[in-house]
Formats: sequence, structure tokens, C-alpha cells
Amino acid sequence: MDSAIHRSSNEAVVVSNLHKNFGDLNVLQGVSLRAHEGDVLSIIGSSGSGKSTFLRCINLLELPTSGDISVAGEAIKFTQTKKGLEPVDTKQVERLRTKLGMVFQSFNLWAHMTVIQNVMEVPLHVLKLSKAEARERAELYLNRVGLWDKRDQFPAFLSGGQQQRAAIARALAIEPRVMLFDEPTSALDPELVGEVLKVIHDLANEGRTMILVTHEMKFARDVSSQVIFLHNGLVEESGTSRQVFYETQSERCKAFVSSIH
Amino acid sequence: MVWSWIPEYLPKFAEGLWITIQLLTLSIFLGMLFAIPIGLVQVTGPRWLGAIARGFCTVVRGTPLLIQLWLLYYGLGALFPMVPGIRESFLWPILREAFPFALLAFTISVAGYEGEIMRGAFKSVPKGELEAARAFGMSRFTVLRRIWLPRALQNVFPTLAGEFVLTLKSTPLAATITVFDVYGIGSIVRQETYRIYEPLLFVAAIYICLTAVIVLVMGWLERRVPRPA
Repeated sequence: MDSAIHRSSNEAVVVSNLHKNFGDLNVLQGVSLRAHEGDVLSIIGSSGSGKSTFLRCINLLELPTSGDISVAGEAIKFTQTKKGLEPVDTKQVERLRTKLGMVFQSFNLWAHMTVIQNVMEVPLHVLKLSKAEARERAELYLNRVGLWDKRDQFPAFLSGGQQQRAAIARALAIEPRVMLFDEPTSALDPELVGEVLKVIHDLANEGRTMILVTHEMKFARDVSSQVIFLHNGLVEESGTSRQVFYETQSERCKAFVSSIH
Repeated sequence: MVWSWIPEYLPKFAEGLWITIQLLTLSIFLGMLFAIPIGLVQVTGPRWLGAIARGFCTVVRGTPLLIQLWLLYYGLGALFPMVPGIRESFLWPILREAFPFALLAFTISVAGYEGEIMRGAFKSVPKGELEAARAFGMSRFTVLRRIWLPRALQNVFPTLAGEFVLTLKSTPLAATITVFDVYGIGSIVRQETYRIYEPLLFVAAIYICLTAVIVLVMGWLERRVPRPA
């Protein structure tokens, strides 16, 4: 996917100068990002570099200490408090969150619902679609991730890879502007990683906009239109996949990505 | 063993059974309506409200139900007639009956015990599942209604089943304040027929049947979400 084609198109997510402190710990020290429609943007970096925190700030699962975030061209309205930023308009946050389909490291499927109920839940009870429409979407996306035959199972009866694919279907079913992946394969047994990466790879090839935090270097290299290397809460290196993996400027980033060559 | 009294007293037992069932189901229903917020505020705060809820649970669980029942009926119930004009008010038909006091006492008891259980139940729901709900744009109330509460209840159905059985078996205490439940009817039968053990056995059999119903219903609720072996 050539990102240059999409440069002129809409900005799906723009984050500027994001800071996040946990007490005295500065996890993010001014990180910016611009994802256009169709971009596949990977955030890489060692543990503790702040990548997950950064991703979780985009949909406000973590509240940033300062900075600006806009989703689908709409700036999230904040007010500054002593502790950091607080969203002004809860309804706005809830609405913008439905444009961001999040996939978690530990799947976080709702254990009291079957797979198809999990996928139908948000379309039904947040997007207020009819039952027929929600079911239609759920069927479409469960087929898409190859879990149609498991639709009436409860999550606890599925393998990790199947659970993560169900979680991807749940995120797809809200038909988000951007998919957010927070280390989607880190909790999986090695032999289950492939099936999940394949699904994400196919989604990237479809031209879906996604922001991906990952430890899978080869995957990030192959799938991304943009890569950001975070170190100690700062962007140490960013650019196209080629620039970051083969024309690396920073020594630290060079050492980090060299592990895959 | 003499059982010939049964046909004569069967209609009375039916009435008593109806009272027991009403007392049990209404106090469980109303008690759980209170138990849910009592459990919830202890997890979510605000802290002062959580402290009140915890205090309530401690007092209710720390005092015998019989004493609560008597304090409400003989204590509170004796204060009401002193209120001027109350005998003429629309409340009087309720306040002069014993059943509303029994229902109040049992509701408070269920709220106290199950409030404590719901506290643990809410706490035991994995944070990630609640986070996922928020991440998909659910409002706080939708998260509670669709994810947190059903998930919490699912965890404690087996515990609640045991609690409700205990509640059932406390209901004979209501007979001490002139509520003629199954046990109360049994006592009347014993006095009138001079049979000591047969009415007790008969009453015990009815409680076993009611317990079985509770266990079946709660078991059905529990099994709606199967667990891997």
C-alpha cells in the first residue's frame, strides 16, 4: 500500500505534542502522529517506551496530561485540570470512540456472551442498529475472520487466536474509521500468532486505516505505510517502513530493528 | 403417624404457602434492588457513600434477624400509632398489618448480605472487559447494564443460590410477629390437633420443595453461560 496516494485524503487521527505523566514518571514527552485514511501506521519500541500508553490516549482510555487529539477531523474538547486533561463533553468522547475500533492485547471479550453476541453488542446497544442489521454485520465480519462456525460458542471455549480474531470482528462490526491494535499478538502462544497476523494483514491490504502497536518487527515492516519508533516517550525515528527499517538514522532504532535482519 | 388432618388444613396451608412465597420473592427482588447499588458504590465510590454502604452491611450482618424483626415490628410499629392522624391516613391499612414489617425486615436483610456479595462480584469482573466496553463508546450506565452487572451476577449465581435458600429458611421467623406463613399454619395445626411431629414433617417437606425450586432456577441461570471443564 503506497501511502503517498492517501496524503491528500482525510486525516483520520491527528495527535500533537502529547504528554502523559504517571506521577513523576513522564511516559510520553511530546509525541505527535498523523494518520490519513488508508494509512497503516505501526508504533514500535522497547517495553516501557510508552507505545501502549500512547495508543490508549487516542481513545482516552488513558487521559493525556497535555496535547491535542482529533479523530475524523474533530478535535476532542478538553479542559485543563491539576491532574491533566479532562474531556469536556462525555457524549463527544463516546461518539468518537465508536469511530475507533480497539483490539486489545488480552482480547477482553465479554465472557458472559457468545461470540456473535459480542460482535452484535456495540452495533445494537451503542450504534442502535436494528437486530437484523446488527446480525448481518456480525455474520459478515465473523466470516471475514473465519469464525462463523464458532459464533455460538462462549469465549472461554476458544483458543487465544480464535478469541483475538473474534475481538477483531467485534471491532470491525462498528465499521470504525480507524482500527487500533494494542499488541494484538503478545498474549498468544507462538503457533497462534500467524492466524491473527494473517487477518490483520488482509485488513491492511483492503486499505483500512489502522494504528498498530506491535512487537512483530517483520510484520510491521511488511504491512506498514508509516512506522514510528518510540524511545523513552519520544519519537526517535519515523518515516516509511523502508526509511525506518533500512535507512535508519538513529543508532538506537538501528539496534532495535536489526534484531529482525 | 396420623395424617388425617391434612385434607382439612390443606386450604390453610395453601394460604400459608402463598404468604411464604410472597415474602421470599418480594424480599429477594426488593433486597437485590438495594444490594446492587450497595455493592457498586463500595467499588466505585464516592468514598463517603461506600462507607455508609459498608456500615449498613456490617450492622445488618452483625445483628440477629429475629432482633431486627422485633425492633421493626414491636419498636417502630409501636411508635406509628402515636403519630397524630395516622389511623385515619391511607397508610394505616399497611401499617397495622404485620406482613409489611416482615417484608421490610427481610428486604433489609437481603440487601445487607447480598450487598456484601455484590461488592465482591463487581470487583471480580476483569478490568479489561469494562475497558473494552468503554473503548467502544458505551456510556457508564450502558457499561453497567450490559456488561458489568450481568457479568458480576454470573460470577455469584452459585453463592446467591445458597443465600436465597438461607433466606427461605429464615422466613419462619415472620411467624413470631403474627405472619401466618407455612410454618405459622403448621403451628396452628399442632395446637388444634395436638399432633406434634406430623405437622412439622409436613412443613419441612414443603420447605424442601421450595428449596428445590430455588436451586433449579438459580442453576438454570448459572448454566446459561457454560464454563470449560
